[in-house]
Order: sequence, then C-alpha cells, then structure tokens
Amino acid sequence: MANARAEQRSEPWKDPGATPYVRIERLTKKFGDFVAVDDVSLSIYRGEIFCLLGGSGCGKTTLLRVMAGFEPPTSGSIWIDGVDVTAMPPYERPVNMMFQSYALFPHMTVEQNVAFGLRQDKVPKREIAERVAEILGLVRMRQFAGRKPHQLSGGQRQRVALARSLVKRPKLLLLDEPLAALDKKLREHTQFELINIQETLGVTFVVVTHDQEEAMTLASRIGVMNHGEIIQVGTPTEIYEYPGSRFVADFIGSVNMFEGRLIEDEPDYVRVESADLGGVFHVGHGVSAAPNAIVWVALRPEKIHISRERPENGGDNRVAGIVAEIAYLGDQSIYLVRLAGGRMVRVTQPNIVRQDSGGRITWEEPVWLSWDSSSPVVVTQ
Amino acid sequence: MKRGRTGNRRSSPFVQPELMAWMRALGPYRWASVCLRAWGMTGRAAVTSVPYLWLLLFFLVPFLIVLKISVSDIRLGMPPYEPLITWVSAQVVEFRLNLANYAFLWEDALYRHAYLNSLLTAGVSTLLCLLIGYPMAYGIARAKPSWRNLLLLLVMLPFWTSFLLRVYAWIGILKNNGLINNLLLAIGVIDEPIVMLQTDFAVYLGIVYSYLPFMVLPLYTAIEKLDLSLLEAAADLGCRPVRAFLAITVPLTMTGIVAGCMLVFIPAVGEFVIPALLGGPDSLMIGRVLWEEFFNNRDWPVASSVAIAMLLLLVIPIMILQRVQGQQMWAHR
Repeated sequence: MANARAEQRSEPWKDPGATPYVRIERLTKKFGDFVAVDDVSLSIYRGEIFCLLGGSGCGKTTLLRVMAGFEPPTSGSIWIDGVDVTAMPPYERPVNMMFQSYALFPHMTVEQNVAFGLRQDKVPKREIAERVAEILGLVRMRQFAGRKPHQLSGGQRQRVALARSLVKRPKLLLLDEPLAALDKKLREHTQFELINIQETLGVTFVVVTHDQEEAMTLASRIGVMNHGEIIQVGTPTEIYEYPGSRFVADFIGSVNMFEGRLIEDEPDYVRVESADLGGVFHVGHGVSAAPNAIVWVALRPEKIHISRERPENGGDNRVAGIVAEIAYLGDQSIYLVRLAGGRMVRVTQPNIVRQDSGGRITWEEPVWLSWDSSSPVVVTQ
Repeated sequence: MKRGRTGNRRSSPFVQPELMAWMRALGPYRWASVCLRAWGMTGRAAVTSVPYLWLLLFFLVPFLIVLKISVSDIRLGMPPYEPLITWVSAQVVEFRLNLANYAFLWEDALYRHAYLNSLLTAGVSTLLCLLIGYPMAYGIARAKPSWRNLLLLLVMLPFWTSFLLRVYAWIGILKNNGLINNLLLAIGVIDEPIVMLQTDFAVYLGIVYSYLPFMVLPLYTAIEKLDLSLLEAAADLGCRPVRAFLAITVPLTMTGIVAGCMLVFIPAVGEFVIPALLGGPDSLMIGRVLWEEFFNNRDWPVASSVAIAMLLLLVIPIMILQRVQGQQMWAHR
C-alpha cells in the first residue's frame, strides 16, 4: 500500500529544479575520536517520509539528534525550509521529535503532556484546548486525556507521544524508532496509522529505524547508513531491486551473493563468470567496471525458479544442485540448494498450490535453478 | 539445612524422644515457623516486628516517661518531680495531672519566642541548604560516572570526624582573632576584626555546614534518577532551560527536595550544640532552653513539657513529608 502510494506521488527528488525542504550539508559529528556521523549530505523534500535505516551504532540516531538540536555538529550545516538552523537551540527549531522511550512527562496527564508544547508558545488557553482535543481525537486517545502515562499501555503511550510531537504542527517531525516498543501485530497496524496521519497533516517525517520491513512500509525514500555514512538513498523499490553495494544488498532482505569475473561488458548487458556458481550470469544491465574486474552478483531468493527439468535458456543463468534443506513457512517455502562446488543457494517459492499433494520437490532431489536476466544485480563494491 | 541437622542432633534429656524425632523431621526453619505460627505469627511478621520492638522500647517507652514527667510537679529531691500516682490510703489512689507546665509554656513569652526562633532558624537554614545543596547535587548527578563516587565521598567525608569537633573548629575560624579575621587584617582589607562568633550568622553557618550533606544526598538520589530525555523532550517542545527546570526537574525531584528539607529542618529545630557554641546569648533556640531547664533550673517537668511541645511541633512537618512521599511513590511507581 505504502509503496503504491509512493509511486503514485510526485517524486521531487528526481526533479533537479525542486528545492529540498531539509538540506543537510557535509555534516560530521565526532565524539572524541569516534566519528558517529561522517560527512553526510542529504536532501529531504516536503511531505516525504524519509527513513534512516541501519544497524545499531551506524549513526542514524546521532544524525537525528543533530537535526533536533540536541547535539551540536562537529562540522557541516542543516537548513530547514531555507533557514540555517545549525546553531539554533532545540527550543527554537521548527522541529519536533518523538523519542524512542516516548519521554512522556510522568507527573502530567495525557492532556497536559500534549498541551505542554503549546503552553511554551503562549498559545491562548482556548486554542490550546481545541488543538489538544483535535490531535487527541486524531490518535484516538481523547477518552484517556485525564490519565497519567503510567496508567497507559505501550501502544497508548506511543500515540500520546505522537500527538505531543504533532500538536505544534512542526515543519519537520523526527521519529526515533517510533514502533520499536510495540509488538508485531500492533506495529504493523500502527505503521499504516502513521502513514495516514502523515498524509492528513502533510508534515515531513524523518524516521530512524533498524527494521528494514518498517522502513519499506513507511518510507517514500530510504537512506541506508553504515559506519556514520549514508551508503545509498532511494525509494524502497530502488533500494531492494537495485542495491548499489554488497552492504545494501545484504542488509535489505536476504540475498545470494556470488563473486565473479566480468567476461563480457556490453552497454545493455554483461556476463559474469562465477566459480562460486559454477556457471555464467547473464545480467541485463550495463556496468561501469573494467573488463575482467572482480564483481559481485546479488540474486534475491524469490527471483530464482526451482524445477526438476533442465530449463531451455541457452546455458547462462542456470545451475544444477541438490536440495539440502526445505523450510515450509505456510505462505512460502525456503529451499537451500547445494551446488556442485558446495555453495548453498537460498531459494524461496510462494506456495501457490497446496503443498500436501504429492509430486513436490523433496530433500536430496537433484534440481535446476534458473532466473531471468533482469533478476541479478551486479555490484562493484 | 546441613547446619540445621547438626543442631538437631544435640538431643536434650528434657525433650521427649518422639518430639525430638518430630523436630528432626521438620528441620529447624520449619520448626521455627511452626512455633511462630503457634503464637499466631508468620515469619514475615517476626522479621518486621524487630524494628517495631526497637521503637517501642527506645522511643515510645521513653516518650511516655517524658510525657509523665511533663504533667507532674517539680519538687526538691530525687527524682526531682512528684509521682503521678500516689497511694493516699489503702483504698484511695491519687492521680495528679498537672497541666500547669503547658500553661506556663504558653504564657511565658520566652518559650514562645524560643519556639518561633527555632522554627525560623531551622526554616532559613533549610532554605539555605536547599539553595546550596541543589546545585551541588545536580552537579554531582550530572558529573561523569567515574567522578560521581568521589564527589559523593567528599560530601560524606565530614561525617568521619566528630560533629562536636567540627563545630568547635568553626570557633577557631570565626573568632575575633581567628583564621578569617587574622587573614583579612593581614592583607589589609579590614582595620578591626569583624564580629562573627556569637552572632546569628555563626549559627546559620554552623547549621548549614553541618546539615548540608543531609540535603545533598537525597537530592542527588532524586536528580540522578531523572530521565534526561524528559528534559530533551521539553526543549524539543519549545521550553527554555530555566522553564524546563521549573516545570520538569523540580516536580520530578520533589521527593528528594522534601526528604532533604525534612532531614535538615527536623534536627535543626531541636539543635542545641551549634547555637550553644556559636550563637550569642540572645540566640534563643528551643534546644538550648530545654537544656537550661534541665540542667540549670533542674525543672524536669517544665523541661519535659518543652520536649513534648517540640515533638508535637515536628510531627506536623513529618506528616507532610509522608503525605508527599506517598503521592510521589504512587505517581511514579
């Protein structure tokens, strides 16, 4: 749903004339000798849900905290809506943050928590009451307005925290692992709720998460981070289908990675010979690399076809193996296929027909694996 | 259990063999609990009753004795007060309750003055301790973890010396030819010594100095527990640091503030040593009045009634403390 929405939308990052709403320029943050954020430049456009995705310690939270103003950057600058906010203290920035711990004030009721930000701005009392009631209605917490945070469940606290960070109508909302404290079912439900709220209010979101599924669902674009650097920025589809590096391919979803040598390099296709595979990849996109260079081919498990018959496709993009393991997950099955060279390949197949009937592929059975030339992706780093 | 078994092996000729076997089968802990249950007590009640017993013996009983003395008459002799109950004859018991001591406290301006002065002195000292102690506690709680223990140790270090010695030391520092005056005279800031000893200033200084650790420690505990992300959230919502301190830090450290204030205020009200050593003849505090009644006037009944009145005066702030702490515990479970 989210991906479909992102595709329907205009894609301002593809328009060179569009002005970014948030511009981060060569931002570096060091803690002593440790470089938490390393020379990051980023443009985020109005109305986006931008996800910063990475493992723990990759610098994504530090980057968010620098944007919120809690940490002064070592160098670089941040611009929001054309204003340089780099030196602005957090209480003056047109930015609000939703904390991972929610950071609700324990001595205040839900209503007081949400009203806190408006009271700081000396908003008239009547308007505060109206806006608090409105936002609490949006997150469906109006009936809990008089409760204290410790009287709420995790999901309710999360909604109060969201309401509190949205009530000031910030230009930019920063969300630090917003769904991490929720259980799986509630998390999935809340993801769509977040998207709906974001669309209703039109606020630009920057979400930090380590959960790639969450990033894929929420984001209009994802920035994958590692060791303080942004490795790749793209829509969820781009990141998944066209990973720019081995790290991204490996980090998002599961992937079979083969080392190989570039034996044929044409503008619209390349051929890669891989000893790992014991065969040749025919990849339907050009690569900018020297002939005979060592490259890697990333092949997603769900893009591999498994069959007993030898596929008639010339000779490239197919390999024989023996089924070593099968995991039946209900909606799909995972096969681990051992190739002649001993290399294991992961293959997933949707279980379109019921799997209790006979004739299905079983353990220790020789099989052929094949794939389309549009499926593999060559990465050079 | 091993220890228990050896204990049971010590057979006693006074215990019947069947009972002995029974006890051995039960084991000492079970046996103790059976005994307790026979007396209508659980193990938990037995453990918690120890401090109650302690308080009963060493607080309630002495308190009742003092209460008894406070409603008797002074007399010459030993003990220097009339008994509460006297046998007039074989059939008549005389029970004399003398409330004149309390009436005397109320009527004589000296006592009222001393009480009010004690409350004032303790109140001002508590406020000073809070104003000095809060930034200290804040600084310690926000210091690097490796520094914190050292700083806390420095706060507690004065306790390693006798309280009396430390107060005496202030005499040497404050007196007319003491450390401060000599220093100021030597560098020519003043021409004649500033009178500091035997003034109210010296009393405040002594009390604040002596009781500051009691303020800092509970404050430190409360501030250290404060979640820093709450202050970040406040700043994020547009709250300036000073306002965030008042709206977030102060209410969330209220337990520490109340506990620290009570720990300073309550002993400061009854303080005797500091006003006696550092204060002037006119620094009238109730502890000193009490001491004089007891040892100079040898009027035990009046002295006792002064003590009882002081206790009642302190019960009110203690009840406030318990109320606030109860609320806070409920709020932050």
